[in-house]
Amino acid sequence: MTRLDVKEVTVRFGGVTAVDQATISAEGGQVTALIGPNGAGKTTLFNVVTGLQKPTGGRVFLDGKDITHTPTHRRARHGIARTFQRLEAFGSLTVEENIRVAADAVRAKNAKPAQVTRGLIKRIGLERYADARADAVPTGVARLVELARALAIDPELLLLDEPSSGLSEAETESFGELLRDLASQGRAVLIVEHDMGLIMRVSDVIHVLDRGRLIASGTPAEVQADPLVRKAYLGEEDEPEDDEGPEDDDGHTLVLSAADPDDDTAAVPPTRPTRPTQPTPPASPIPPLPKGPGPQSGEPASGGWF
Amino acid sequence: MNVFLTYTVLGLVIGASYAIAASGLVLTYATTRIFNVAHGATAMVMAFVYWELAYNQGLSNWLSVLIVVFGVAPLFGALLERWVIRRVADSGVGVTLVVTCAVLVGLIGAAEKIWPPGVHQVQQFFAGHGLTVGMVRITGNDLLTVALAVVVGAVLWAFLKFTRLGVAMRAAVDDKELLALHGGRPHLMSSIAWAMGSALAALAGILLVSSQPSELNYISLTLLVVNSYAAAMAGRLTSLPRTFIGALVLGLLNAYASGYLWTGPGWTGFREAIPAIFLLLMLLLMPQARLRVGRLAGVAGVRTPEMRRVGLASALLLLAVVLGNSVFSEVNVNRMALGLCFAILALSLVPLTGFSGYVSLAQFSFFGVGALTVAKMHSSAPTAVLAGALLAAVAGILVALPSLRLQGLYLALSTIAFAQIMDTMVFQNPSLGGFGGSLTTKRLDMFGYRFTSDKAYAILAAAVFCVLGAGVILLRKGRYGRVLIALRDSPAACATLGLNPRLARVAVFAGSAAVAGLGGGLYAGLQNQVGSTNFQFFNSLPLLLIVVCAGVTSVSGALLGGILLMALNSYPSTQAYLFLILAVAAVGLGKQPNGITGWLFSLRDNPLGARLGLGSAGIARGIATRSVADKSSAIDGSVSVGENAEVEA
Ligand SMILES: Nc1ncnc2c1ncn2[C@@H]1O[C@H](COP(=O)(O)OP(=O)(O)OP(=O)(O)O)[C@@H](O)[C@H]1O
Ligand SMILES: [Mg+2]
Repeated sequence: MTRLDVKEVTVRFGGVTAVDQATISAEGGQVTALIGPNGAGKTTLFNVVTGLQKPTGGRVFLDGKDITHTPTHRRARHGIARTFQRLEAFGSLTVEENIRVAADAVRAKNAKPAQVTRGLIKRIGLERYADARADAVPTGVARLVELARALAIDPELLLLDEPSSGLSEAETESFGELLRDLASQGRAVLIVEHDMGLIMRVSDVIHVLDRGRLIASGTPAEVQADPLVRKAYLGEEDEPEDDEGPEDDDGHTLVLSAADPDDDTAAVPPTRPTRPTQPTPPASPIPPLPKGPGPQSGEPASGGWF
Repeated sequence: MNVFLTYTVLGLVIGASYAIAASGLVLTYATTRIFNVAHGATAMVMAFVYWELAYNQGLSNWLSVLIVVFGVAPLFGALLERWVIRRVADSGVGVTLVVTCAVLVGLIGAAEKIWPPGVHQVQQFFAGHGLTVGMVRITGNDLLTVALAVVVGAVLWAFLKFTRLGVAMRAAVDDKELLALHGGRPHLMSSIAWAMGSALAALAGILLVSSQPSELNYISLTLLVVNSYAAAMAGRLTSLPRTFIGALVLGLLNAYASGYLWTGPGWTGFREAIPAIFLLLMLLLMPQARLRVGRLAGVAGVRTPEMRRVGLASALLLLAVVLGNSVFSEVNVNRMALGLCFAILALSLVPLTGFSGYVSLAQFSFFGVGALTVAKMHSSAPTAVLAGALLAAVAGILVALPSLRLQGLYLALSTIAFAQIMDTMVFQNPSLGGFGGSLTTKRLDMFGYRFTSDKAYAILAAAVFCVLGAGVILLRKGRYGRVLIALRDSPAACATLGLNPRLARVAVFAGSAAVAGLGGGLYAGLQNQVGSTNFQFFNSLPLLLIVVCAGVTSVSGALLGGILLMALNSYPSTQAYLFLILAVAAVGLGKQPNGITGWLFSLRDNPLGARLGLGSAGIARGIATRSVADKSSAIDGSVSVGENAEVEA
């Protein structure tokens, strides 16, 4: 079974250390979660694993093999696939064509790309949208298109960057089942997610990043009890018990869902290195929004978490 | 030593005028992110206006300079920004490059109309005055050029550093949205930037024509812009000090090359290619662009037709050509065949620009490689044409390989550099296998049939176009077409699916170049005689303009584009109208990136058009007959048939 090891990876953007000596792993058959406040470096770490970002230091291993310098497309052939936090579906192609591009890319492995495509459309529940252009579907659907596309290359390791934002509650529920299902097929699923209910339900292992640093790793129960994690999420004014969130249906205490991360009020994290100083995203004064189909702009912004 | 000093002085003077021109280019690009291909053409037209005022109307030199640099040129720049640039500000490089191409072509057309070829000469400033340093004679004009470059540099520096507006402009270089958030006035800023850019172009143009009192030339001054591209790239299009340094280095290189390089025939070409080589080097030194992430953007495309429809449209095109053969005069049959060869050339842009989004200004060079091969082999065998296509594909790979890291505008600029290098070093240069003047060619001899008549060539070219067109449509429907579009929409996502973006890019460049080369081979046979002037880089500008306006995403757009290009070449009197149509179409590209044919398709889908009983066939015929000379109406009919086919799902 497949295994990803990220060893002491550091990424610096000019003066900003986005990832600081982070060591995490993900194993086949398990759902591994990577959580942390906005700007913790989760997406950057995903970029390092997929080869879209060169790390300043540290190494990445897939099944014990050093892939730190392997180009992105070759990593994909080794079985790594991902979705993007800020959407990267192929806007001018239909939903079906989006998946087909991926199915064709691994033709040697797949029996029949057309069949694989149809199968995935059914499995992810995209029948209604199959012939729609990908830039014309709601954000939540576009995320599912990216998931289906990633699955079309039949990956051993699947990286999902905030896949459930834009999904309704019921959709999130079945999405959680899908994740368990994928893991039970032996895949390693590594997921970045702000929906703590979902994370606590589906994860086997959780890694917590804060300001680029790994501050905790363990089972959901261990991580919830960790004082460092609580501090990172609740901010400096470390308040006692009454700050805990509401209970969800499963009886989990949602300590960590302080605010909905997907409101579009705050600035998008800067991706252009030319900007001299970056304003820190302001804490969001907006109360949690109900889950629902997100905006169609494809630019889910980072919100205040503190 | 004295010789060295002479060339150094010469180089600095040339560099000074490049610096003035390039700083204007940088100013407009940095504030609006629109690269002005027409910068050199602006310089050219303003030099003519100066001539008009000073030598035709009899105003004094200095007054004329003041009027042009502080009146006419800034006004032109501001109006251009207001009416054209602002409308395409949010479009991609494909559109903005094409729109500024339209301005360039329009300016040349206007200059030729207003100042018909004749004697237009200007004198040096301070003629007869000068300075002698050792044995070096520095003319008053040279001193003025250098002094003005220093003044321009100082004024720009002070402006950007100390005025509110200048500071805002520098902020815009870093981030336009951020600036708007903080209450900057982007519209005012970009008007002023374009006004200043145009004034600087005018100043450079006037100084350049005054330094060598020779005949004012429409093209050579326009082309001078390649030098400013190169200098501006030294500053990565945003840094003025580095642009000035780049301009001086380039000027010195030019001067030393003309002083010290061996003057054999092979080296003349090299010397002329120096700015282009410098440009290419600057581009290759660009830092690797990171794959863009974070934008879900599709580009509107036209619906791909069913193959049954494609077959029908092909049959109708062939029928129309046969009909044309029997109706048209000999000259017009030749023009029809020429239009079809150009249509093949235009078709080469469909997968490259239409599907993949790469803007290439080297297509005429690939076309030329095909023609050159046929001419050099001097054979009537079809293998010569195929060899031409193959060599063109190799040239395509040569363009793609060094520029693999470049995106968008920088890639387009690297194709300009390549085309310039091909033109000066190869096509004009018999010692490197070029034409050197012109070569005669033989007509094809295939399947036991000699294609001696133009009529036979017209049918052959139409058949080749149909086959290649069907191939392009099959490509779009198939696996590779999807990959090309996916790569355009998100190279990053493609890489994470295991697709090698570099391989795909090299392949599409090779394929596109091969199609252009094939067209060039047919063209060579048809023309009986071809020369280097047929394949200058400069021709690729109207080609790109026309094809993108006609519709670069569809095969019928390529056909229309080929015919329009032929019309532009064959009926100089219609040029003005053509340019008008193209200018409107180019500005409309911001809204309808699929060009005229795309617009026609959408009309057909539009119920209003249907209710008025206007199928696209009727509209297309109406428009096409108005734009193309009446005699080619048979071809126009087939254009609209092609469109019908495309609209059907
Ligand atoms: N290309 C870049 N250039 C400069 N800084 C960057 C770049 N990409 C990310 N950063 C910075 O690195 C830090 C980590 O960003 P990252 O996107 O990895 O965080 P994240 O954990 O995914 O946050 P979120 O929950 O908002 O998605 C942030 O401070 C961000 O501003
Ligand atoms: Mg993120």
